[in-house]
Amino acid sequence: MPSETLAKRIIACLDVDGGRVVKGVQFEQIRDAGDPAELAAAHSDAGADEIVLLDITATAHARQTLLDTVRRTARQLFIPFTVGGGIRTVDDAAAVLDCGCDKVAINSAAVADPSLIPQIAERYGSQAVVVAIDARQAGTTKWEVYVWGGRRATGRDAREWAVEAERLGAGEILLTSMDRDGTRSGFDCVLTRTISHAVRIPVIASGGAGEPRHFVEVFHRGAADAALAASVFHFGLKSVEAIKREMQSAGIPVRLTC
Amino acid sequence: MGGLAQDGKLKERTVIAIIDYGAGNLASVVKAIHHVGAENAVTSSGERVLRADKVIIPGVGNFKATEPLANGDLGAAIREAIARGKPLLGICLGLQWLFEGSEEAPDFPGLGTFSGLCSLFPPTVKSPHVGWNQIAVEPHSVLLKGIDSGSYVYFTHSYRAPLCRETVAACTYAQPFTAAAERGNIFGVQFHPEKSGPAGLKILENFCAL
Repeated sequence: MPSETLAKRIIACLDVDGGRVVKGVQFEQIRDAGDPAELAAAHSDAGADEIVLLDITATAHARQTLLDTVRRTARQLFIPFTVGGGIRTVDDAAAVLDCGCDKVAINSAAVADPSLIPQIAERYGSQAVVVAIDARQAGTTKWEVYVWGGRRATGRDAREWAVEAERLGAGEILLTSMDRDGTRSGFDCVLTRTISHAVRIPVIASGGAGEPRHFVEVFHRGAADAALAASVFHFGLKSVEAIKREMQSAGIPVRLTC
Repeated sequence: MGGLAQDGKLKERTVIAIIDYGAGNLASVVKAIHHVGAENAVTSSGERVLRADKVIIPGVGNFKATEPLANGDLGAAIREAIARGKPLLGICLGLQWLFEGSEEAPDFPGLGTFSGLCSLFPPTVKSPHVGWNQIAVEPHSVLLKGIDSGSYVYFTHSYRAPLCRETVAACTYAQPFTAAAERGNIFGVQFHPEKSGPAGLKILENFCAL
């Protein structure tokens, strides 16, 4: 592969419940640390390459709140913006896309009905469809797909599902290692590399980020195209820049904004 | 139509027709244009296109989706708007349509402002080309005035346009391709200025201020 200038992306993830970012975030210079719109803008200013907003509630009332949140967040955001969580139908996808996000992340609903992928892709383009896969290790080089927020095993092989999702029209794969999620012990580079080499679409690694060197590892050893983290950004907005500086020192192409 | 006022907003409200031809979501383009201080009219009406000051053709998806741009009232109005000298900006699929066509849909010709056919990325690289990549900018570019070579902008596409005489920004992914081209009042960008942070907004501001 020729020398690349395509930057490896650092994606900030906001977990939202009832219109508020729920994981404790301690940022300076933010009036309301729980407001998704304000936090997304702050992450963008700090150099995050993309924003993902995951709605972790699923009640009907909360869905309406979510649409307001997406609209408000999108208004001042001029970098790519993905919304996921509870998207079960094309209409669900249309509702959030019409509020100004650029991509939807679909997970359990796509496993239950894979035709959801081409349905959304035909209407909005493949670039708007991110298939999120929650995977748990089931053997040395095997990972099983879980749904319902990791509560239900499907018996499906993560690699096979990623290949099928690509074939059906997914634009990107958001791959979360359930084994690493929340541990801050580093991304699962073997899992990420396995999936990344099995598909031609970009793979976003998720789960396990704890410090800047973990990002370097997942780009070098995991063949990731992007890496997503939520809790790592709790350390403060400077962490995006710290991660990118470390990546740059390691020879990884990054978009530096300052 | 008016230049930039001191507060960076457009003095007189320019009306920009954003053409809705069923190729993807226009919300991001609409809000970015609103942000730089111009008025939007999202439309598929030829008559509305001719009443606007400028025209944007956004769009994502298969090249055959550009069919409405070439035919009927809308197609005629786009050609008339160009002939009258109204600035036109194609974004992503909109840029590709300004070329002669695409291998993606050989039966659907493009406008042919720029020479060459769009083609798939070679199998040596991941595709689509998704993410922030650097552009090499020609200093004489009108659209990219104030944008430094080496700036990062956001791309998401599987087909790319070749370099041509009117290329004003090149990007390299596997090989160099046209990231931006301009000829007279016709402009195109393969990347998404509405998703490219401050650099992208600056480009839209340049277009709105023409």
